[in-house]
Amino acid sequence: MTTMYKKKDFVSDQEVRWCPGCGDYAILSCMQNALTKTGTKKEDIVCVSGIGCSSRFPYYLDTYGYHTIHGRAPAVATGIKLANPNLDVWVITGDGDGLSIGGNHTLHAMRRNVDLNIILFNNEIYGLTKGQFSPTSDKGVKTKTSPFGSIDNPLIPAQFALGSACTFIARTVDKDPKSITDLMLLSHAHKGTSFLEVLQNCVIFNDKTHDEFTLRQNRAARTVTVEDGKPLIFGAENEKGIVLDRLDLKVVTLGQGFEEKDLLVYDTSSKVLANMLIEAHKKDEENFPLALGVLYQDKESIPYNELMKGQAEQVKKRLPEANMDKLLQSGDTWEIK
Amino acid sequence: MKTQETLESVVIRFCGDSGDGMQLTGTQFSNTSAIMGNDISTFPDFPSEIRAPQGTIAGVSGFQVHIGSSDTNTPGDESDMLVAMNPAALKSNLNSLKLGGAIILNSDEFNEANLAKAGYTVDPLKDHTLDSYKVIKAPIGTLTLSALEEVDLSKKEKERCKNFYTLGMTYYYYNRKTDQTLKWIEDKFGKKPEIMKANQLALKAGYNYAETTEEIVISYSVPSAKIEPGTYRQMSGNVSTAWGLMQAAESANLPLFLGSYPITPATDILHELSKFKHMNVTTFQAEDEIAGICSAIGASIAGSLAVTTSSGPGIALKTEAIGLAIMYETPLIIINVQRGGPSTGLPTKTEQSDLNQALIGRNGEAPLIVLAASRPNDCYEMAYEAARLTLEHMTPVMLLTDGYIANGSEPWKIPKSTDFEKINHRKPSESDLKTDITFMTRNEHSLARTWITPGMDGKVHRMGGLEKDFVTGNISAEPINHQKMCELRAQKVQKVADNIPLQVVEGEATGDLLVVSWGGTYGATRMAVRQLQKDGRSVSLMHLKYLNPMPKNVSDILAGFKKIIVPELNLGQLAPILRSRYGVKTIQYNKVQGQPFKIEELVNRFKEEL
Repeated sequence: MTTMYKKKDFVSDQEVRWCPGCGDYAILSCMQNALTKTGTKKEDIVCVSGIGCSSRFPYYLDTYGYHTIHGRAPAVATGIKLANPNLDVWVITGDGDGLSIGGNHTLHAMRRNVDLNIILFNNEIYGLTKGQFSPTSDKGVKTKTSPFGSIDNPLIPAQFALGSACTFIARTVDKDPKSITDLMLLSHAHKGTSFLEVLQNCVIFNDKTHDEFTLRQNRAARTVTVEDGKPLIFGAENEKGIVLDRLDLKVVTLGQGFEEKDLLVYDTSSKVLANMLIEAHKKDEENFPLALGVLYQDKESIPYNELMKGQAEQVKKRLPEANMDKLLQSGDTWEIK
Repeated sequence: MKTQETLESVVIRFCGDSGDGMQLTGTQFSNTSAIMGNDISTFPDFPSEIRAPQGTIAGVSGFQVHIGSSDTNTPGDESDMLVAMNPAALKSNLNSLKLGGAIILNSDEFNEANLAKAGYTVDPLKDHTLDSYKVIKAPIGTLTLSALEEVDLSKKEKERCKNFYTLGMTYYYYNRKTDQTLKWIEDKFGKKPEIMKANQLALKAGYNYAETTEEIVISYSVPSAKIEPGTYRQMSGNVSTAWGLMQAAESANLPLFLGSYPITPATDILHELSKFKHMNVTTFQAEDEIAGICSAIGASIAGSLAVTTSSGPGIALKTEAIGLAIMYETPLIIINVQRGGPSTGLPTKTEQSDLNQALIGRNGEAPLIVLAASRPNDCYEMAYEAARLTLEHMTPVMLLTDGYIANGSEPWKIPKSTDFEKINHRKPSESDLKTDITFMTRNEHSLARTWITPGMDGKVHRMGGLEKDFVTGNISAEPINHQKMCELRAQKVQKVADNIPLQVVEGEATGDLLVVSWGGTYGATRMAVRQLQKDGRSVSLMHLKYLNPMPKNVSDILAGFKKIIVPELNLGQLAPILRSRYGVKTIQYNKVQGQPFKIEELVNRFKEEL
């Protein structure tokens, strides 16, 4: 029997202490909505976070919640999931937490494919430590620790996830609640590590940084939402599309030598396509749209926790039933009379 | 006609190149001796390089075994026999051999090139270097090959059997029976009949050679020890630790979870536990030390008996997470198999220098329960104790062992699992869950909170490393609350003193000199103290296994002696704690050479104070 929850069932009694206007509010609200639709019992939901503004998230969600240490949420979450695979485990992290100090753990949770739902809030800045550049900040950005412009190359979270063998990679923006909720539900339905990046606005230290892609009025022209089996089409009037040009992707205008049938049809099972979209945008950010939606999914993926359970069951079948007394008496023993 | 003599105890040191199979040879010798009724203690001593250049000092791998006809507590000080498979083994181990002791050496390897690699300018067989020893020269490689002429194996494969040939020689020399090892070879190599045959032949040939050669004119026997009747097995400290954890999980009726990252000398605990998936053991080889402990914290949150194992440098990395577990007030066992430090230090050598790290090595007021195992067998009991205390008191425990006891082994009278009481943990029952208890509901005596785990209906809560309110458990930065919580966490650890045995003194309860030791130096301090007691000296031993909190009667014991001496394999870590905590004067005796104490050096040092 599925329990029917209302959004308020997932609102905790704690006062939310994010800055007014912070993008985190929208994500929290979406999560509270999404959890009413997953069918999971409240006591079986666990939310784990590291350190940072985003990582206060578990306090505001009325489920089991663990605020851990900086960058280590994926490792704690892995232990929780392995000890009790029945639990729905969500990891809430940010670009600093999950990709800088915790990059190693994010990588390994992904390549093992532990059945975790990772949501990464990307605001391209360190918020809680008050405004230093992060691993996703643009090159040249001026912050307190880069007064002359950052010389670091930025990391693209989705590409990091691809390289880490993540089996579900999606991207959305904090100003599109429907998409956030939908992608949270798809993340939840995926077996294995799901990685959802949300471009999120920090009103205090990096305001408007994603406006080009996130504001409703810009989104149609500057982003393309990918969908399995659908052509890559975008623009306010759906007038633009993406075609394959030799080994590159190219933006074309429909009616100017190209019809909808010429457009590239997206396939979420292709890592190559996902990477091409990322690379094309990286190369020509001005003209090439940012891809949103489920960028990649391996629908056949078998989670690590299931493999681990399966292996234990196999071993149990193969080896005779054991307990401490049997073990202590096994092997080379001798009798002293 | 050869003569035979009886000895009370014998120490043998097998040394060769890393690939010579000396660990195996030593293990076989000790197992056979144990089965013949001797008490034994062993100590493998190997280099940190996996394969240092062949024939060099750096590549020498050693295994020392002490067999006795009475209680044997240490692998022994100096050896009675040195088996040296090459010049480097001879050169680096000769100083551990008693004057007049025997040397079996593989003369095949004493050529110019190997002598040079070992740093000999003159062949020690040709000058007077070995005059004070009984040298048994045998071309072991050549002899092995000729013994295996009939066997259908390559020359290289045959040469590998030379360790069994050598073992055969020592079996004759010390009157050991070969049947146990022959059977072991059969079990091990049964599927490769030629290799099995070759090893068995080599063992027998070595034995026969020793019997006939005129190099050996006398052989020795060590009669059985007076050992308590029962069924025994050989246990190393690391295996003992692993099994003790499994015992605890069974006694607590909880699944066991180990989150760990390989590090010398702790890795064998991970190796061992990885074998027991059919016994409700989950092992997780994490990406690093931090993930190791964090996964264990996750498993603990979710209701498993959670453990992380490491050694000093790894514990340093785990430090922040230990603090988190203290803040969560969640059960967690942290095992530190100490090695030489600081930093990477001496990975394969033993030391006791992580006591300060265990007691105070964290940010903030972060008290831990700290225990230390005293010998290989004791690791079983102390692992069980660590689990019992962490589960009953809802706060992390660090168990200290060290490379010496972790790799050393001794015979162990097998207990029954029922010898270990059921462990009660703090998870609420179904009916408890219907009451208004919360995760912050505390036991009034121990102050331990309730272990609410995800999946429990109606008890949803949130917590983190941020300070929590004493009553509600919500985040709180209230000044008074923080002090109260800090005091609570400290009191919780102090309350453990009500739940541990009183300290035992070995010897008179008062006297001239009290030796205070802790951890893996027990064997040596005990033997030294006993020796002096036999001579009628007024000396007693207080060996501590509970370091934080300490047993309640420690203060009274300390007050009963004129002098207190604290031998430690560090520059003095327990001694200052005793001074500050109990206001007593302590004399330090410190050694940091990566080597355990010798009984003789302790006896001499203690005598100076008497």
